[in-house]
Amino acid sequence: MDIQLLTYLFVGGSFVLYIGIAIASRVGSTKEFYVAGGGVSPIANGAATAADWMSAASFISMAGIIAYSGYDASVYLMGWTGGYVLLAMLLAPYLRKFGKFTVPDFIGDRYYSNVARTVAVICVIFVSFTYVAGQMRGTGIVFARFLEVDVDIGVAIGMVIVFFYAVLGGMKGITYTQVAQYCVLIFAFTVPAIFLSVMMTGHILPQTGFGATLLDAAGNDTGVYLLTRLDQLVTELGFSAYTSGTKSTIDVFFITAALMCGTAGLPHVIVRFFTVPRVRDARVSAGWALFFIAILYTSAPAVGAFARVNLIETVDNTAYESLPQWFHNWENSGLIAWNDKNADGEVQMSAGDPFQGAPVYTGERGIHGERLLSNAPTDNPGEVYIDRDIIVLANPEIGNLPAWVVALVAAGGVAAALSTAAGLLLVISSAISHDLLKKQLKPDISEKGELLAARLAAAVAIVIAGYFGINPPGFVAQVVAFAFGLAASSFFPVILMGIFYKRMNKEGAIAGMLVGLVFTFSYIVYFKFVAPEMNSPEHWWFGISPEGIGTLGMIFNFVVSLVVCRFTAPPPAEIQQIVEEIRVPRGAGAAVDH
Amino acid sequence: MKGKSRQDYWKANIRLIATLLVIWFIVSYGFGVLLVEPLNTIHVFGFKLGFWFAQQGAIYAFLVLIVVYAWKMNRLDREFDVEEQ
Repeated sequence: MDIQLLTYLFVGGSFVLYIGIAIASRVGSTKEFYVAGGGVSPIANGAATAADWMSAASFISMAGIIAYSGYDASVYLMGWTGGYVLLAMLLAPYLRKFGKFTVPDFIGDRYYSNVARTVAVICVIFVSFTYVAGQMRGTGIVFARFLEVDVDIGVAIGMVIVFFYAVLGGMKGITYTQVAQYCVLIFAFTVPAIFLSVMMTGHILPQTGFGATLLDAAGNDTGVYLLTRLDQLVTELGFSAYTSGTKSTIDVFFITAALMCGTAGLPHVIVRFFTVPRVRDARVSAGWALFFIAILYTSAPAVGAFARVNLIETVDNTAYESLPQWFHNWENSGLIAWNDKNADGEVQMSAGDPFQGAPVYTGERGIHGERLLSNAPTDNPGEVYIDRDIIVLANPEIGNLPAWVVALVAAGGVAAALSTAAGLLLVISSAISHDLLKKQLKPDISEKGELLAARLAAAVAIVIAGYFGINPPGFVAQVVAFAFGLAASSFFPVILMGIFYKRMNKEGAIAGMLVGLVFTFSYIVYFKFVAPEMNSPEHWWFGISPEGIGTLGMIFNFVVSLVVCRFTAPPPAEIQQIVEEIRVPRGAGAAVDH
Repeated sequence: MKGKSRQDYWKANIRLIATLLVIWFIVSYGFGVLLVEPLNTIHVFGFKLGFWFAQQGAIYAFLVLIVVYAWKMNRLDREFDVEEQ
């Protein structure tokens, strides 16, 4: 069967599965809509959290980023997993005991203030929309690459599917589709990884193949370690060694911390822990979540290294005409471009940009059959542009894997994008229907009315997210730093102190949140949008990049709240009693209806 | 009696968290970031040790830390009679 047909079959089959689950898990109450009734098993919640957390970017782009930046990419690997340790020990069990529906719920109640609640709602909406636009776009791109439909139509199909199970099934529908989506995406990621590992090192596990010796084409051991070979290849081409970094230590430190605390503070991740029945389940569930995530996160660096070696050995100094078919296919898709600067008919992969900017094709073909470019060439010896997403997207072809593996990767990419989008959309809709409408504007709204409002809010959020997916603001890629930086500098400290520091009052919390938020926001906006030409280490404060500034914002948040709280009245006795209560597991019922 | 016991429970929890977070810090920020250069002079199989911690070891350690925490806390809950019924 041809790849195209198989891909339709796999992606279509996965959609049927998701819709079936949605119909089976329709909901009738707000409690089911917001937190799946509080009855999700810790393992199911772990898998759902993993799918929720791992976005199209984790699935498609991360291995490629690692392949091209080596040690520097460790910030993502450590940052996006280490946050679960913080979540498991510092936040999840206590928030589960508190037993409400949303993150603004906790902040509003614990700090006895609707101002705090509103600030939290604004942060939730901003952080989540930033993220979700990228996911919708990701769905569209996967469709475009594998099914040859227009990106916009891909976004629209994604919207319809998410609409179906998010509006119908709320958190319950989302939870069980996410479990299914996790299975699809992890299978789709690990199958090519195992194939590659066996092919290159003879190891079944990519995690051990990563540190093993390479096999030659006949399958004999060459005695050369993969990473030694990789360091040698990239340094010969003029890059810095794969296993050592180029970023300053302070920047690596701050970025890792911002990603960790941001992960722990992201509302769509926190809210997943409201869905398990008991406090002890919340602790165990964080372990399951990290286990499921770690399967992908420990394979990805191995995939990156395998693919980079493979790519260089296949492509570098090879005549264009004799390159494998995938090279030409992805050139036709616009992810590869070649400019034969030295006119030798061979492709050179040396360090440095081959030409200015992203490739712009003239529509004509050169003497070797390559697509000609209108970009101005640089003085670098490098001739080839390779989009990083290729590493995952083209891996099955690069490794000569069977056609069904390619189809599987497509279904996996769509699953990764849809699961994250759905989780974010639910957080947005509950912030509006629960924290704004029920808690502030219209407290006497009926259960039915609130459920209807939640569904409407979800529907509107999907339409807005779809709009941004079809008309992406030019800065989508650059604002990911926002989501983590803002979550780290606003939510993380406020929730942490709400649990561990009984004396913290509303004045301290609000002041801290605002300072952290405004500082981080301004720093990122300044270096990313106002003065992008200044965005280099010599202008950054203490050498901290905008990606890592959330950590400094978080420190400011802590300091300001502690100082302000010292000079203002302590919280009322009943609030201090609530804090006492959330610290012990006993008495946690299912998430409280109210 | 109950109040005192709850305070002791909370103190024991904080002690456990502090111990585990020290390990969390050492395996990631310590071995993977601050000490990565000296550790990279040690080779284990095909890995430089510092690089291995940054891209593999820290993640395994995180997983173990959560498992230990969940297990110890369940025991602590029973010991102080605050577990869920």
